[in-house]
Amino acid sequence: MASLKALKIRIGSVKSTQKITKAMKMVAAAKLRRAQEAAEAGRPYAERLEKVVASLASKVTVSESSPKLLAGTGKDQVHLFVVATSDKGLAGAFNTNIARLARRRAQELIAQGKTVKFYTIGRKGRAVLRRLYPNDQLHAIEPGDLGKLGFDDAQGYAQDIIDRFEDGQFDVAHLFYSNFKSVLTQEPTEQQLIPVAIPEVSADAQTGGAAVEYEPDEEEILADLLPRNVAIQLFRAMRENAASEQGSKMTAMDNATRNAGDLIKRLEIQYNRTRQAAITTELVEIISGAEAL
Amino acid sequence: MLHFELVTPEKLVRSEEVYMVVVPGTEGDFGVLQGHAPFMSTIRDGSIAIYKADKSEPETLAIRGGFAEVNEKGLTVLAEHIG
Repeated sequence: MASLKALKIRIGSVKSTQKITKAMKMVAAAKLRRAQEAAEAGRPYAERLEKVVASLASKVTVSESSPKLLAGTGKDQVHLFVVATSDKGLAGAFNTNIARLARRRAQELIAQGKTVKFYTIGRKGRAVLRRLYPNDQLHAIEPGDLGKLGFDDAQGYAQDIIDRFEDGQFDVAHLFYSNFKSVLTQEPTEQQLIPVAIPEVSADAQTGGAAVEYEPDEEEILADLLPRNVAIQLFRAMRENAASEQGSKMTAMDNATRNAGDLIKRLEIQYNRTRQAAITTELVEIISGAEAL
Repeated sequence: MLHFELVTPEKLVRSEEVYMVVVPGTEGDFGVLQGHAPFMSTIRDGSIAIYKADKSEPETLAIRGGFAEVNEKGLTVLAEHIG
């Protein structure tokens, strides 16, 4: 049985761990609120852009001369997986879930004889995928704090991806990130990035039957908007990821704090029992000593 | 009055009733008043002028990248950067 002193030290160390996890939980909760607000603030732009792209794309017929971002390269041999995770761990299964989804999809595509390349944003995703597919890493970005990423960053990544697409490095791009549903559930999600997936046009997206005038013409506006659409999709994914990361971290740290509490309770019981046993032994020794006299 | 919305990827910057807005379109500036016909244009880098009321001093904002859409609900300007 552990000595009293060892138990006391152990309790002390678990207590200080608990203090740390509790503080991390509180920090995550504060950051989560901000990340959630940011994710919501970005929605109007994304929604409007999506509507406009959808209504424009329904007017333009896809042909040879269409922008490549819309029509694709005509092949689907080489797939690019843009895997957005975070740079930091201690966020429960957040990074693992995204990497796992990417891995499963990669296996499916490879089984079909396709080539899969990876473009990772975030150190944690890269670590997993580099171990599994060491020769297919196209590029890796370390974004740092996800909450501090601005639209400029997303635009930079998008431009880089589009340049690689135009260079013929891949045919189809998929984006992997974690969709923030609530504090308790974050869903790893896959989304097609290039060629741009055209959302369905809902009835209210149409301009009430009135003829819309375009300046310059539809095709040119569309060609201008498609790269922006890639950037905004990427930006939205980062925002969702930032909120998911904090949500996941908060849950993980809450669990850790609770587990530490349980452990402390158990250790304290053990400590008290040991102490009582020691006292009992001492008493028995004294009494039997007195009786012997 | 014209309903005017100015949106960036980061947030909804403006949503208000104004008299007129002059937008720097790719093929030239255009002013939008209430009841404008449906219209869509990309914008060039420049400044947007917002007239709160008739003959009032305009408020100008520098915008970069994006497009403007006029529909029956009003004018929406989507800009990537402001200021």
